[in-house]
Amino acid sequence: MRIPSVLPNSASCFVPRMRSCFYGSLGVLVGVWIFACPARAQDLMQQPEKGSYQERPYQGKMEPDDGQWIRPAKDYASTRFSSLDQINGNNVQQLKLAFTFSTGLERGHEAAPLVVNNTMYIVTPFPNKLFALDLTKPGGPMKWVYEPKPTPASQGVACCDVVNRGASYFDGKIFYNTLDDQTVAVDANSGREVWRVRLGDINKGETLTMAPLVAKGKVIVGNSGGEMGVRGWLTAVDAKTGKIAWRAYATGPDKEVLIGPKFKPYYASERGQDLGVKSWPPDAWRIGGGGAWGWISYDPELNLLYYGTANPGPWNADARPGDNKWTAGVFARDADTGEAVWFYQFSPHDLYDYDGVNENILLDLPIGGGTKKVLVHPDRNGYVYVIDRTNGKVESANVFAPITTSKGVNLQTGQLEYVKDKETKLGVVVRNLCPTAPGAKDWQPSAFSPRTGLLYIPHNNLCMDEEDMQVNYIAGTPYVGANVRMYNAPGGYGGLFTAWDPVAGKAVWNIPDRFPVWSGALVTGGDLVFYGTLDGWFRAVDARTGRELWRFKTGSGIIGQPISYKGPDGKQYIAILSGVGGWAGAIVSGGLDGRDSSAALGFAGAMKDLPKYTTPGGMLYVFSLP
Amino acid sequence: MFSRFLKRSSSLLCLLLLTAFVAKATELRVCSDPNNLPFSDRNLRGFENRIAEAIAGELHARLTYQWQRMGRGFIREVLNKRKCDLLIGVPVGMPGVLTTRPYYRSSYVFVTRRNSAFQPASLDDTGLRNIKIGVQALEEEYPPPGQALSRRGLQNSMVGFYGVGEEADKIVAAVAHGKVDVAIVWGPLAGFAAQRFGSRLAIRPLMPQVDPPGLPLTFQIAMGVRKTDAVLRDQLNAALQQQQKTIDRILASYRVPLLEMTAAAQAGQP
Repeated sequence: MRIPSVLPNSASCFVPRMRSCFYGSLGVLVGVWIFACPARAQDLMQQPEKGSYQERPYQGKMEPDDGQWIRPAKDYASTRFSSLDQINGNNVQQLKLAFTFSTGLERGHEAAPLVVNNTMYIVTPFPNKLFALDLTKPGGPMKWVYEPKPTPASQGVACCDVVNRGASYFDGKIFYNTLDDQTVAVDANSGREVWRVRLGDINKGETLTMAPLVAKGKVIVGNSGGEMGVRGWLTAVDAKTGKIAWRAYATGPDKEVLIGPKFKPYYASERGQDLGVKSWPPDAWRIGGGGAWGWISYDPELNLLYYGTANPGPWNADARPGDNKWTAGVFARDADTGEAVWFYQFSPHDLYDYDGVNENILLDLPIGGGTKKVLVHPDRNGYVYVIDRTNGKVESANVFAPITTSKGVNLQTGQLEYVKDKETKLGVVVRNLCPTAPGAKDWQPSAFSPRTGLLYIPHNNLCMDEEDMQVNYIAGTPYVGANVRMYNAPGGYGGLFTAWDPVAGKAVWNIPDRFPVWSGALVTGGDLVFYGTLDGWFRAVDARTGRELWRFKTGSGIIGQPISYKGPDGKQYIAILSGVGGWAGAIVSGGLDGRDSSAALGFAGAMKDLPKYTTPGGMLYVFSLP
Repeated sequence: MFSRFLKRSSSLLCLLLLTAFVAKATELRVCSDPNNLPFSDRNLRGFENRIAEAIAGELHARLTYQWQRMGRGFIREVLNKRKCDLLIGVPVGMPGVLTTRPYYRSSYVFVTRRNSAFQPASLDDTGLRNIKIGVQALEEEYPPPGQALSRRGLQNSMVGFYGVGEEADKIVAAVAHGKVDVAIVWGPLAGFAAQRFGSRLAIRPLMPQVDPPGLPLTFQIAMGVRKTDAVLRDQLNAALQQQQKTIDRILASYRVPLLEMTAAAQAGQP
């Protein structure tokens, strides 16, 4: 990727900001200003930048594909790869709308639909309805809708938007979470509720927004919430009964983190008794954050779950000297007992809100002469990590977005090497911090194709300055936060869609976009990559070259996750939920005024132009060949 | 709301503007937290509820409430979506809203046991080392005193109390029960919560009032309206001036520790 060495003159393209909301756990107390430079180069948005690339088809095993989509990320390895190949580069130009379905809701739609037994299931943002559509009938009519009726008060707790990232199917039931901290099991045929269990407390600032994964008969759920007050956890719930099987906290004494004799982290910095207490000021771990609001992967052979933990609280890092274990890192846990097997911290003593919750794609890659079982993780801190998933050793950590806050990752010690003069302190101006709080990449999940061996990464291209202090308040209590200005990083565009070679550790092509690319990615056996943009374009590009082959303008900005499935008629379908919102799109779905400086959390400023491009409204679009 | 009609028909603009004015004058729609004493609650037991009544009376307006937790995003989701028009207590100069003249000024305060030998005079009191200092934890951050303590290297003394809503007063109870040696609490909450413990607790404003290089520890509190509602803001300013004595009485009855307002504050500056 070619990155100019200097920033554009941001002062000339200043736009006001808004209070924004960081997903799940960003530093909301930080007022954020954003510069949105006019998308300097229209041409940049059309043609992918290409680098050299030696095609290396994947030699590992993939889960068999039955043409359904029963888990959030398609398979346990989280590849989001559909082997269906009816739709390909030769015919994708003829891709046509097959049917649509309106959710009737205006908030951000981030979920992937599920397809099981010729029924499609859609989870909506708050109030978290579950729609079942009958795929055997023309137009996919509604079979039933299940309404869990979460308490309206939970909307006031969710920071950014009242999103939901989807559901899982297992054993005749659909499992998903409600914003007000309940996990529900719904009979997939009848829409009847089988059980519901409350796992958290909105009064403590907790919500549930993530898509659970079912592994070994357990529904695995993690909490979302502010950086402080909330203490992060991952919980396993028995899929049959709804009873809690185990809960592992992200902070606190070993026994509550489920760290015991099995725990053998690779690096010395992760070893020691009760680091979840000792790497914090006394008591600070009790409110230290580290939620698990992202993705869960599962390796059935190793019987290990993999998931990332969110950043530590409070936002002001001065108040929490220490590494702040076990935040901003990745855990491997025994799926039966929850016991930790290893941990690796991407961002020790996080300074910039770099949650570690992004997806972990489980692959077996040719590394160091042999084949290694690895997980591939594009982190908010700007590196794509390739980590030995048997022991937590970092095999490589390569830059996929502009980074000024760190110099690299020391592979001997595993340590992220921060840049001293980019450390933030309240009241001290620090400029040109990249990546920004939402990260080089936020929750939006990547896809991996075994045919090309490439990872397809939707992400952000933003930097920020931390400036003067500003006064604000929460619930009657005044506080002072840093004023942050965000702006587009080098290139002048806000987002990128990148094809990444995880073995070579470099980008193969990049497609710039005016706005951060906030949708998930899908790659298919037809060598097509599908993703959506915040201004509502749903695109198919060539998996090898990044050349755009097809596009469709949906009614609203896209922050959902595309899927592909085989219909009862034997045809391949592509489905996506459109409906702008989430953190990036809150300026539209939340009716934010892009000029309003109070709308602080920052993305909205960079998104100032977005309302000119899209309006809210949730709609399912399903495409097929004629 | 009327703004929707405005968009529909510019020919009706003048008439509707008039309607809007009348509507504002006849209904005061307050955004309020349903469970956040001493500020507000659904049973109207908070001092902000009482102040809202006084102002509505002054404006001859009917008082209605939109109950919503005042966490992050609420300005965007509630005020700016016109579910209500008025925030009763926000710091002067808060970005994102128009603020009125301030109607009180308070401070973060030390809460101590009256019979304790240690009564800190300021944040620089060396006695603050090696003791437990309760600090409020907001949704993602410590309030300014937490930052001031961190700057002094007192992180290891801090004990965060997450408390918004019904558990907010736990930090004050923790002093009374000896769980912490001192707590640093926003004045209105401290004064209110300490009442329960009679004379056992002492409250004194934090010093310094501004922690170098410029971190404020006292705040002037005003009302807030949408940035486009200057007319309403002006009406409120007049009403606040008329009702200041009533407001002072209400605040005193809730034991809100009050500081004199600064000259800049009188002029409506932060």
